[in-house]
Amino acid sequence: MQVHKYDVVIVGAGGAGMRAAIESGQRARTAVLTKLYPTRSHTGAAQGGMCAALANVEEDNWEWHTFDTVKGGDYLVDQDAAEVMAKEAIDAVLDLEKMGLPFNRTPEGRIDQRRFGGHTRDHGKAPVRRACYAADRTGHMILQTLYQNCVKHNVEFFNEYYVLDMLTVDEEFTVDGVTRIRKRVAGVVSYDLATGELHVFQAKSVVFASGGVGKVFKTTSNAHTLTGDGMGIAFRRGIPLEDMEFFQFHPTGLAGLGILLSEAARGEGAILRNSEGERFMERYAPTIKDLAPRDIVARSMANEVREGRGAGPNKDYVLLDLTHLEPAHIDAKLPDITEFARTYLGVEPYTEPVPVFPTAHYAMGGIPTNIKAEVLQDNDTVVPGLYAAGEVACVSVHGSNRLGTNSLLDINVFGKRAGIAAAEYALTADFVEIPDNPLVETERLLDTMRSSEGGERVAQIRQELQDIMDANVQVFRTEQTLKEALEVIDKLEERYTRVTVQDKGKRFNLDLLEAVELGFLLDMAKVMTAAALHRKESRGGHFREDYPERDDKNFMTHSMAYKDPTATETSGVRLETKPVVFTRYQPMERKY
Amino acid sequence: MSTPTVEKEPASKVELAPGVGGGGEIPTFDVTLRVRRYNPEVSDEAHWDEWKLTMYGTDRVLDALHKVKWEHDGTVSFRRSCAHGVCGSDAMRINGRNRLACKTLLKDLDTSKPILVEPIKGLPVEKDLIVDMEPFFQSYREIMPFLINRGHEPTRERLQSAEERERFDDTTKCILCAACTSSCPVFWTDGQYFGPAAIVNAHRFIFDSRDDAGDMRLEILNDKEGVWRCRTTFNCTEACPRGIQVTQAIAEVKQAILSRKV
Repeated sequence: MQVHKYDVVIVGAGGAGMRAAIESGQRARTAVLTKLYPTRSHTGAAQGGMCAALANVEEDNWEWHTFDTVKGGDYLVDQDAAEVMAKEAIDAVLDLEKMGLPFNRTPEGRIDQRRFGGHTRDHGKAPVRRACYAADRTGHMILQTLYQNCVKHNVEFFNEYYVLDMLTVDEEFTVDGVTRIRKRVAGVVSYDLATGELHVFQAKSVVFASGGVGKVFKTTSNAHTLTGDGMGIAFRRGIPLEDMEFFQFHPTGLAGLGILLSEAARGEGAILRNSEGERFMERYAPTIKDLAPRDIVARSMANEVREGRGAGPNKDYVLLDLTHLEPAHIDAKLPDITEFARTYLGVEPYTEPVPVFPTAHYAMGGIPTNIKAEVLQDNDTVVPGLYAAGEVACVSVHGSNRLGTNSLLDINVFGKRAGIAAAEYALTADFVEIPDNPLVETERLLDTMRSSEGGERVAQIRQELQDIMDANVQVFRTEQTLKEALEVIDKLEERYTRVTVQDKGKRFNLDLLEAVELGFLLDMAKVMTAAALHRKESRGGHFREDYPERDDKNFMTHSMAYKDPTATETSGVRLETKPVVFTRYQPMERKY
Repeated sequence: MSTPTVEKEPASKVELAPGVGGGGEIPTFDVTLRVRRYNPEVSDEAHWDEWKLTMYGTDRVLDALHKVKWEHDGTVSFRRSCAHGVCGSDAMRINGRNRLACKTLLKDLDTSKPILVEPIKGLPVEKDLIVDMEPFFQSYREIMPFLINRGHEPTRERLQSAEERERFDDTTKCILCAACTSSCPVFWTDGQYFGPAAIVNAHRFIFDSRDDAGDMRLEILNDKEGVWRCRTTFNCTEACPRGIQVTQAIAEVKQAILSRKV
């Protein structure tokens, strides 16, 4: 067993992880562990922009941005966190520019800004130009710029080191004269893909920045590697997961494939049409139409298809129409996504509308943190030394529905905060002793799968999981579909114990890797479905046909899902609640 | 660049042409996939394995590889992540040309013959289609791929005109997939050569009006393993999945070295 010692270990090298590393690496001895190479992370797939109230092209201010974020999240947003994000957005963009990010420019040479869904002037009066962008590859430029700056600061990366477990110890602490137990983090266990060796990383601080879990769904914009590993590790180690019923379906995935076409297309003037050629968003959101937030647009699209106005031979998608835009404008502002339509569907966006349908895109929920990016083990107990940022975390700035561009903002604002906080904590704290037999859980997991001859195939179970999640836990949900999904997941989990890995070798055993990932996917699908069953109302990205109204009296709370084998009714997931933080906005009806 | 988005509202309703938006039954066809296999845990010798697969018209080479791995042989090993050409994980040699497996549609290949899939050349093979990327990233790091600005840090953004921004737009597209570098005959015979990708990333900063270290990068690339090794075979430009004019970028760096010396 190899043991490494660092002040700070960061798990994941996407936007949040590298933004944290740039801060932490300059303050404390830092290692970044990633199961990929840093530049392969899915931040690079983000397209449209990053919002900040720079007011470079029209009047704007961070308070309007806060309001839009809160309203966009259907009032489930923690307003203190939204305020932090909207205020610090301005510096987050300027930091990136100073690091070298090549933003598009105004004629005056300032950072240009464009419209994006749900971002408005003066509390909903009209769309506002708030999104800073680099063509339609803003995420790519953020990922590259952060990696470049990690190179500049000599950040130490462990590439293709897959973190499989977190090591914690329980300790007593006293608050208000009452003695309680809390966790402390001691480090992580990692599997070196190249050699198959296990490594223990002892650390004073651990930052989870390992991204999302889109691969629980079949139709998704997410990378194959987004399998909820970080959320899964935390959950298995007794950390709750917050608001996991809220998953964002991005309206414009390429039909049948799920590949993302940025909302920037609609920001630049593209519109949605049904099979009758009708601009149907005029009916669902009369004021801002196609630039309504994603949950509303996705649901409207699904509804058009359900009511028989879908396009195509199977009437199962709608159309994104760019044909009224100048080809030169499309080339300048949307080159990559129009190329996707040509490459993957053979459709020419200059002259033909593009088939699109909602695609699973983003987990609003995740590991609960406070605004310092410290992880909570319940509603208010901080786990000393443990941090989370980005999609893996739930601060919560996105509430029940994230606004477009706010994820690139989230990773920069809270990635930076996590990096600073983790390093500062490490400079004052001592190492926690590694528990005895730190590898026992991980070895058991790997050995079971390597030696099993049960004959079940990873790909088969994964496909059945993705099929049931797409069918039953997507844009529309009911008690019946959710219960049915839980039953199916339980059965798949049972079959998973007999999964057989064909590759028995140590070197780059990606067969084994996929089997481990499937375990996390099953856990997370269960948590998402149980949480969705628990929330008997409709809010943001979570729409219950049997409870179609928002119910502030009973459900204006975050959900907290704990692993609990005694909760047999909900497949071993116990649900509790956590209050939402209000500062200045009282809930109103959400109309656009 | 800051012209407002369409001010004229598009029509509420339009007549759609019949069959608009593509679609229809997706055709299926059979392909033979022949993959170069190598696993030093098993044997020092590489060999070829072959599978006959039924695939769909929208499938890519990556889908065929997944079908093999998921349904036939779990030991077949390759990197991939985003599956739509932006992460750069799955550069490989497909019928002798460097391509991203996730961007190469099967229907665009000659499916009457076996499709040959091999690891990219010039980097040590680790297992099957997986190569050691470290030498590639080492060259990248050596050209100082980060903005160096010696002036006072302004409180707001540094100003840059749209034209200045446009000057290096092409080379900002690089995803570091190594398709270009590993298609270069010079790199195959001399692994010390910086290679096209490192030069592309140097270009991205040399021609950025905000950067002050162009001279240092030009000096690094004026080295005997630098730009002068380029023989303008255009393999790199042909290989780039992002459509970057790689050979032209290299020529511009050469020109900058020369004009600096004058």
